[in-house]
Amino acid sequence: MKLFGFIAVIIVGALLLAATGDFPAWGDAGSPASQGQVSSFYIEQTINETKVPNMVTAVLADFRGYDTMFETVVIFIAGIGIIAVLRTFGDQASKAPDGPEADNDSGDLIVRTTCHMVVPLIQLFALYVIAHGHHSPGGGFQGGVMLGASYILFALACGLPAAKRRMGERRAIIIAAAGIIIYAGWGVACLLLGGNFLDYTSLDPILPGDEQMARSHSMLVVEIGVAFTVTAIMFAIYSNLSTRGRLEKGL
Amino acid sequence: MIWQFDIIILIFMVLAAIIALRVKDLLGATLVFGIYSFLICLLWAEMGAVDVAFTEAAVGAGVSTVIMIATVFSTARRSRD
Repeated sequence: MKLFGFIAVIIVGALLLAATGDFPAWGDAGSPASQGQVSSFYIEQTINETKVPNMVTAVLADFRGYDTMFETVVIFIAGIGIIAVLRTFGDQASKAPDGPEADNDSGDLIVRTTCHMVVPLIQLFALYVIAHGHHSPGGGFQGGVMLGASYILFALACGLPAAKRRMGERRAIIIAAAGIIIYAGWGVACLLLGGNFLDYTSLDPILPGDEQMARSHSMLVVEIGVAFTVTAIMFAIYSNLSTRGRLEKGL
Repeated sequence: MIWQFDIIILIFMVLAAIIALRVKDLLGATLVFGIYSFLICLLWAEMGAVDVAFTEAAVGAGVSTVIMIATVFSTARRSRD
């Protein structure tokens, strides 16, 4: 069986390697992906239509806003699913051998001190990544993951109970849902002002600047929504996985 | 894009993939997966796909590794495969 698997891997790998010969060269301006009308429109018109220098974010949050909204919903559903499968209630917590943790700030002193110094910096940088996502690399997903990772680092260093006081289970689910409400609500606001769903130009009357700046500001709002969901879900997944759903004492 | 640099990264990636498959200690395999993610992040950053590289560094190398370590601690450390 192992030999059969090895032969299959060799054959598929050889086919893939042979197929790479037909790929356009790296950075080739004449490749099919760069020749279509859609990509040349994005490359030439993004800065005029949205005043956003980072094309990737403009495509992600504006031109393909539907996609990103439902990607956020997918993350939310994945987190809810993990909580639903792993979370256990009842008297299992009291049956745990070590009992309730009296010392909430458990762990090594050096690790805790370093963590207390590093976590604010990580969170500040994560907020910068979220807020500056339409001008530089980054955005809601990356910044949200970094914010969630800062909570995970705190839970690793100071114990899950201390982290739960900052980001409890209930709060995490509310924040995750609030992110999607921000995103979808922004689309509904477009509807209320007479545009299509997620058509940011219709928000021009209530946002500063002209129609193009309205799209730029809307990308920021939408990415904040994405970051809310991703932050809360990342921490919820970690806290459920590391305690087998009991949420009492981390790694 | 510097092709010498590419070759070095690709060789290390193949090595990391083989080690991650062969090693019996699942915690070690998880860490090698993290190394693999960082290498592919490096490759993407070098090819100019900075957004993708950023996502890979944050999600693939950062949070995925932590989540897999948490899973290893909840299950078994040694692979019987």
